[in-house]
Amino acid sequence: MEALAFSDVTLELGGRAILSRVSFAIEEGEFVGLLGPNGAGKTTLLRALLGLVPATTGNIRVFAGPPGAADASLGYMPQTRSSSVGSRLSGWDFVACAANGQRFGLPILDKALRFDVDRAIALVDAADLSRRPLIELSGGERQRLLLAQALLGKPRLLLLDEPLISLDLHHQKSIVSLVSELNRELKLTVLFSAHEINPLIGVIDRVLYLGNRQAAIGTAEEVITSPVLSRLYGTEIDVVRVQGRVFVMAGAYEIERDEHRHDV
Amino acid sequence: MSIVTMFEYDFMVNAFEAATIVAVAASLVGYFLVLRGQTFAGHALSHVGFAGATGAVLAGVSPLLGLLVATVLAGAGMGFLGERFQHRDVAIGIVLAMSLGCGLLFLHFFTAYATQATALLFGNVLGVDAPTVLALLALGILIIAALAFISRPLLFATLQPELAEAKGVSLRRLSMLFLVIVALATAASVQIVGILLVFTLMVAPAAAAQRVTIKLWPGLLLSVGLALVEAWLGLTLAYYSDWPTSFWITAIGAAIYMLALSISRQKHVSEYRHEHHHHDEDQVWRPAMTGSREPKRLSARGEEITARARPISSSSHEH
Repeated sequence: MEALAFSDVTLELGGRAILSRVSFAIEEGEFVGLLGPNGAGKTTLLRALLGLVPATTGNIRVFAGPPGAADASLGYMPQTRSSSVGSRLSGWDFVACAANGQRFGLPILDKALRFDVDRAIALVDAADLSRRPLIELSGGERQRLLLAQALLGKPRLLLLDEPLISLDLHHQKSIVSLVSELNRELKLTVLFSAHEINPLIGVIDRVLYLGNRQAAIGTAEEVITSPVLSRLYGTEIDVVRVQGRVFVMAGAYEIERDEHRHDV
Repeated sequence: MSIVTMFEYDFMVNAFEAATIVAVAASLVGYFLVLRGQTFAGHALSHVGFAGATGAVLAGVSPLLGLLVATVLAGAGMGFLGERFQHRDVAIGIVLAMSLGCGLLFLHFFTAYATQATALLFGNVLGVDAPTVLALLALGILIIAALAFISRPLLFATLQPELAEAKGVSLRRLSMLFLVIVALATAASVQIVGILLVFTLMVAPAAAAQRVTIKLWPGLLLSVGLALVEAWLGLTLAYYSDWPTSFWITAIGAAIYMLALSISRQKHVSEYRHEHHHHDEDQVWRPAMTGSREPKRLSARGEEITARARPISSSSHEH
């Protein structure tokens, strides 16, 4: 069964087309890496799946329904700036704030919600992080708690927006293997956006690569090739594979790496 | 002299009632103000209130009304201008100074009210009459009810704004609502400690509570408890010493905060020892400690080394 499908979809942001007449589908249980240069529309695509950006042409289906209708089956981890980094509240309270947090009233959780918070924290192996104040957690530790928030409400589809951003290699690996475990053990469909393919090689089933208002989907071997990426970047791209690692080059520049550095 | 004699005076009873109401409301609002990192914005709101109150006196209207109108408008405006303005300390500071300046100008045109000016600036809790207590009670109930209504999405928007927005929470509307509530709490606090000292009731207990406990509900309750201690003890000391109540309240507020700082520091050290004992081999999940608080330990070779919280490879400056 398809977890999500775009058919002939155009997405616009401020009158500018980000994606133009794009079609693809992702099967349930797949772990898909969402790649592409800055501004290619990775975040916009994820927000469209949440029903926050309407399609101007074509239609989007999430679990066979319109986006926004299946919100309970979606876990979303937005790209976060460091807004709550200075908070002295515990990791547990941080995760718990997202449990039905949009409803008015007192922040009191009933037994079922508290259990759900504990479950999500256990899934990302963050029980001891949850007892520490946010202010003392490192970036990688905070990402674990953000992932726990995305797991609240037992979603079937995880939308993760740049979970590896500004993490060092060690924490990147631990987040990727954690998500991979969740994908396998809970049969979660995962759409995982990243700047760089390398941390995801060997764990993802397919790649959804955005660029130049277009999209290409397939295995890493099929998509990360000179002809496909040249089309998506709109310029001549060389792909070099060395010992299981992939380098995407435009002339003398290594594109993905420079994109990443740019953001940090 | 027994404590009972204090309550034989109506003005003391009124003062205790007013201070109790305001302490509860202000410390609850303050908890979220500290959590959101908006304490300076809150401080500025009370100064805008000074211009409002003195302007009202000049226009022949009740200063409390002027105070309320000015702070509520300023709160809503600040919320509307958004996150970026609220963290722009220079802009807020200039508004703050200008408001005090305007207040001074209004007083200049209405010289008869020098004592009223002092009361506005530094509070006059012993001068609170029974109708004012009733007005404060109504205001306090309104503040607590409104805060209770928005507290859940407010917490969500404070800790996780990006996700809250994606789930349909309007950050701007929430920010406006909250700052209006802060404005109401400010107007209430001015009756007790005056415009210049609102910080002591609204921020000191909340900040101290957040130092002592990292849990939400215990933190809120402790914040209220500390504010009540501050208010009641301040009034009692003022009664027996004949020094100004506002002085005692600010002094106790500062003492409470410093005590909380030292408690939290001690807790850090003992927690560190605990963690260190159990996870000595684990290089990844060490508690992160900063600067001078890092305990020193000796290496096997006897050199003093700093027990760094994280391995060198994990860059501790992600942002």
